[in-house]
Amino acid sequence: MAIHSAAQVPTPKPSRDYSLTGPLNRQAVMTGLANAEWYKTDIPRARMKELMKRSDGPATRDTLVWLGLLVSTAAGGVWFWPAAWSIPFFIVYGLLYASASDSRWHECGHGTAFKTSWKNDAVYHIASFMVMRNPVVWKWSHSRHHTDTIVVGRDPEIVAMRPPDLARLILNMFGILDFPIALWQTIRYSLGILTAEEQDFIPETERHKVFLPARIWTLIYAITICACISMQSILPAMIIGLPRMYGIWHAVLCGLTQHVGLAEDVLDHRQNCRTVYMNPFSRFIYWNMNYHVEHHMFPMVPYHALAELHREMLSDCPKPYSGFVDAYREILPTIIRQLEDPLYFVHRKLPETAKPFKPAPTLPA
Amino acid sequence: MSEWVIACGMDDIDDEDVIRFDHAGQSFAIYRKDNMYFATDGLCTHEKVHLCDGLVMDYTIECPKHNGRFDYRTGAAKGAPVCIDLKTYPVKVENGQVMINLG
Repeated sequence: MAIHSAAQVPTPKPSRDYSLTGPLNRQAVMTGLANAEWYKTDIPRARMKELMKRSDGPATRDTLVWLGLLVSTAAGGVWFWPAAWSIPFFIVYGLLYASASDSRWHECGHGTAFKTSWKNDAVYHIASFMVMRNPVVWKWSHSRHHTDTIVVGRDPEIVAMRPPDLARLILNMFGILDFPIALWQTIRYSLGILTAEEQDFIPETERHKVFLPARIWTLIYAITICACISMQSILPAMIIGLPRMYGIWHAVLCGLTQHVGLAEDVLDHRQNCRTVYMNPFSRFIYWNMNYHVEHHMFPMVPYHALAELHREMLSDCPKPYSGFVDAYREILPTIIRQLEDPLYFVHRKLPETAKPFKPAPTLPA
Repeated sequence: MSEWVIACGMDDIDDEDVIRFDHAGQSFAIYRKDNMYFATDGLCTHEKVHLCDGLVMDYTIECPKHNGRFDYRTGAAKGAPVCIDLKTYPVKVENGQVMINLG
């Protein structure tokens, strides 16, 4: 039997239990990390009211452009199908179907995109279907994400746990894992089944609302599959369902910049969110969620006012990233380092004009 | 039994706005709309966030964290993520002071 010295014995990599039903959930509640008061930049009440003010104009314009492009690119794709000319149409259609619906789901879920409630609700349900997120489950999941942002054992939306699952991150650029999982979840919800984790963040009185949209979606997917079989073609699925795979890459590219590699278990969004400057095209698709520190600190400010809010908060926040390249220059090496050292994370630096980070509670000795 | 306490002056609140009032370890939200005043518990029934940082739209107060909405005249919760109504308190105005009944 080989005998190893202490230096030779490989030490197990520390990993954390990210499940919502594990001990870290109880620990977060016990220490006061869960449902805590987070740091907020001082902004005069009158200014905040201006920034939070609702308007139908920007979102109505953007939605008409979005839906108009969706219909026209789908028509172009169908018209040229199966010729190679259909490919550019489907590339754009997929981007609008999956990536743009990710941000529309998000903003309308917050109820801030439109002033008029029914418009928010209508776009929320359309976008939820396209991005394959059950409108009830994800409403509550995202609510928890904002209450306990990147708090281990509490936040159901942590994308890159430590050590990160690199293969999963890469495969999900094209929904290779997420798509079948979302499909299975839809079927599971349509059968009236919720997991223990989902029951942790969905109140009992709301759970029955999960099932009807799932049943309608299952019917739509069943009709789509039947259409594919009867036409002996995947064209119907290229319009409904498959775009969730071939068009999600932009949402993932933007989404990974939000929190990946930053601190866990803190109570200051300046430590666990990134604000990244992006080109106007990406900002249209992503509906300005590149201002992510701002969004988390003041989630009721509509997407169209986030650039203004950013200017208000600039002196109190870490330096924004100049673009995708700047952000990924930090994210990629951090992910790779975390494969070996899961305790490693990026410490953000504050400018001299900023107030210090709010300390997070720790377990008593 | 009535227990009227002074919450604020009439002009301490802008029209269609809300302020926070703390009393005896409890937080309240005081609203003004068209020179009428209303009072509710100060914390959202969903995640205990102070409503005084939220947005008042007509007779609705929106929680600043999760978009939970209440009718602040009745305290009625207006849909997810708020499921529990907000407690309301009687209000009167005397000598330029807004008073709420905690009794």
